[in-house]
Amino acid sequence: MVNGAPVAADVEDRMLLVHFVREAAGLTATNVGCDTTSCGACTVLLDGESVKSCTILAAQADGRQVTTLEGLASPGGELHPMQRAFRAEHGLQCGFCTPGMVMASVSLLQENPHPTEAEVRAGLEGNLCRCTGYHNIVRAVLAAAELGGAGLAGTGLAGTGLAGTGLAGTGEERAS
Amino acid sequence: MSILGTRVVRTEDPRLLTQGGVYTDDLRIPELDGAARITFVHSPIAHARITGIDTGAALASPGVVAVLTAADMDEIPAAGGRPTTEPLLAADRVRYVGEAVAIVVTEQGYQGEDAAELVSVDYDPLPAVVDFDDALAGGTLLFDGTDSNVIRTAGEPAPPGTFDGCEVVVQRTFPNQRVAPLPLEGRAAAARWADGRLTLWASTQNAQLARDALAAAVGLDAAAVRVVAPDVGGGFGAKIAVDRDTIIVAWAAKHLGRPVRWVETRNENLLGMVHGRAQRHTITIGGNRDGRILAYHLDIVQDSGAYPRGATFLPGLTQLMASGVYDLAYCGSAFRSVLTNTMPIGAYRGAGRPEATAAIERAVDLFAAEIGMDPAEVRRRNLVAPEAFPYTTASGAVYDTGDYAAALDAVLSGAGYAGLRNEQAQRRALSSQGQGGPVQLGIGLATYVEITAGDGGGETSRVVVDATGAATVYTGSSPHGQGHETAFAMLVTDQLGIPMDKITVIHGDTDQVPIGIGTFGSRSLQLGGTAVHQATLQVKDQAREVAAGMIEASSADLELDTATGTWQVRGDPDTALSWAEVAAEAGPAGLAADVEFRADSPTFPFGAHLAVVEVDTQTGKATLIRHVTVDDAGKVLNPVLAEGQRHGGIAQGAAQALLEEVRYDAEGNPQTSTLADYAAITATELPSFELLAMETPTSVNALGVKGIGEAGTIGATPAVHNAVIDAVAHLGVRHIDMPATPQRIWAAINEAKGSA
Repeated sequence: MVNGAPVAADVEDRMLLVHFVREAAGLTATNVGCDTTSCGACTVLLDGESVKSCTILAAQADGRQVTTLEGLASPGGELHPMQRAFRAEHGLQCGFCTPGMVMASVSLLQENPHPTEAEVRAGLEGNLCRCTGYHNIVRAVLAAAELGGAGLAGTGLAGTGLAGTGLAGTGEERAS
Repeated sequence: MSILGTRVVRTEDPRLLTQGGVYTDDLRIPELDGAARITFVHSPIAHARITGIDTGAALASPGVVAVLTAADMDEIPAAGGRPTTEPLLAADRVRYVGEAVAIVVTEQGYQGEDAAELVSVDYDPLPAVVDFDDALAGGTLLFDGTDSNVIRTAGEPAPPGTFDGCEVVVQRTFPNQRVAPLPLEGRAAAARWADGRLTLWASTQNAQLARDALAAAVGLDAAAVRVVAPDVGGGFGAKIAVDRDTIIVAWAAKHLGRPVRWVETRNENLLGMVHGRAQRHTITIGGNRDGRILAYHLDIVQDSGAYPRGATFLPGLTQLMASGVYDLAYCGSAFRSVLTNTMPIGAYRGAGRPEATAAIERAVDLFAAEIGMDPAEVRRRNLVAPEAFPYTTASGAVYDTGDYAAALDAVLSGAGYAGLRNEQAQRRALSSQGQGGPVQLGIGLATYVEITAGDGGGETSRVVVDATGAATVYTGSSPHGQGHETAFAMLVTDQLGIPMDKITVIHGDTDQVPIGIGTFGSRSLQLGGTAVHQATLQVKDQAREVAAGMIEASSADLELDTATGTWQVRGDPDTALSWAEVAAEAGPAGLAADVEFRADSPTFPFGAHLAVVEVDTQTGKATLIRHVTVDDAGKVLNPVLAEGQRHGGIAQGAAQALLEEVRYDAEGNPQTSTLADYAAITATELPSFELLAMETPTSVNALGVKGIGEAGTIGATPAVHNAVIDAVAHLGVRHIDMPATPQRIWAAINEAKGSA
């Protein structure tokens, strides 16, 4: 399942999850920024937890729930608090790191709904941004915490079976 | 009230935050259906002759469409003239690790990685030139037909006796190290040859310059080439126009008659995208014990890398800005650019100016330490006075406007300088008594001036209002994160009262904007923005005449209510006409204006940075804990955008001071070719920044604006660098080379102890 919809494809054993998401699922928000799991541009949620999708094989995601930036807003189009906060605080410039940064930030607040600035910075250490100097990203995450960014109600994550549980959904579709 | 100067959130963001941008590798368009993937075969050796290339095994690999080498490029016009001309694919010699030798074209990406491994290239190794002094000595030459690795020189040594009248003279040699621009999106391209026309989609800062460079390289008329810049994931100077690898991709589409795509890996990016800086400085600074600096000379050796790219002009910018913010009786400089077997150097955020600022700001601190005076006071005693503008420097730059002392005083006050010095003194006193722990405080200053829109070119704009009442802006400027769509729409809505959501900004497509220069050198708002402003005013004048005809009134009696976007006879709402009505009356070509704005001179933003670091004297680790800045770029159009530019610049500047360095070993093997090795700065290594506002308008353009894109980088590097050294100055340390890593700081402390 990718963003709540089944995606099925026969792929090479070695295909990375990020390439599956971009090519098989056709969802191109998730970017590739390095080859050493260093930059975090490819961060997605796997069963509700952030992972770097360049370091997961597509086959490892078989039968599991993948959420990308495209799946974060509610089906009705209402933005997730993290999306709203990134815009309000100018937490993005070129936008390339943004999908991964937003997903990592969502995961961060799920683990720690009321982080300090230092905790936000530590939590985002694995996500590089070259434009913002991180200043407004940190402000955005802190603002999202104030907006209840840790909650999933009303977002695209609600109804995927993930809200608050961190567990995989039980659908029969397979994301192979 | 004008929208200009107010905090407007970006119109770009909803798209980027929900669907993500459409970067080059994200393009899913019919023109690229069936595109093959290109994988480069790079030289793994720094300097060698190519004695043979066997593509047989690669050609037999699954999915391979073609394997192309220089031998396949016969149809390309011979690149001309000089022996140092850079080839496209290397033919008989490679000069840096990562240089393109062949390309493998495959149906799918993974197949390309497999097949590239099978291309067998025979190399006959040559000695590699990596070190500045080896390059200068010329024992090994990079190019046949030359007698030296020095490709350009300028300037002279200081005349004999220049420093004779100085009570104190300090001379020191230190590097301004090679760094990687590292946009999060690396280089990417897609290309298609159809109907006698070559279309290139590329991650570039300048579609029009890219078109011209590509057309010349492959022997086509510019009219037969279209370049499109989709969303661009950062550039920082490294994506100006197109480089050889991107040209190779476009050529391959034409050669094969099939659309192709290429996106580089980060490893390829760190090897093959231009690097920045890479200078060695020898500063000589002289003056008197009252703090007055009398003479300053900067000698530069510029590492060019393996081919003459940016190194031909970047050190000239360093020379131009060598004297910084100071009024000096003598300032001179000279440079020599030398070839080495490393990646060529190009523009990187600041491009020659950060090097000038880093050199003189370090020199001023060395001078201050030598005479035992507070570095803030030494600066204050030597700044160009506010009444001296326009101020002509020894290098011929004409600083337009500024108040350098005000900027310095603002950061000192904003940071609480006296209090910081007190805390520093207390920590040192405790430490001398064996108390208080090993962490010392350092305070670093930099006062700077830089040049923006210094390239001498102009910028284009076309503004159109259509019969729906919507406006379209076509601009030659080309954003990659700066927020042009928001900024330029603000300029239009300010004058016309057409709401932001009815204004579209189009850029980065040579079919839609045939003439333009693009975005670099902090030029976009002052040139592109002024062009938009002027075109908007022309459209407003056109509309006034049309509306006057419709109302049958004198145009002089008409007013535009920008709150509602309606034209009317002054004070008579009954005559009100909407933009849609006026545009409909004017007809399809009625409300449209083309402008090419060219400024009479560049602008010179300035500012002051104050960095506070803590240095653990036991481990050598430096932590930046505060960074306070004034970055005065004239009038501010949108503080949200301007602050964002400053934040990013500060981070990159601090990164050079503390962490980042592209390194090669003595044989020219890259040591920092992944993000596991290159120390890109992260959120944990930076504090939140303290930005102070100051606006000193320029008269060079009607908006009163200067550039803000590079200022943060220029100010931050020397401020943070000076702060680290200041933290351990009481231990006898006078200098630590950048990047001031824990290892270097620790070594400097121990060396000072040893010599004490």
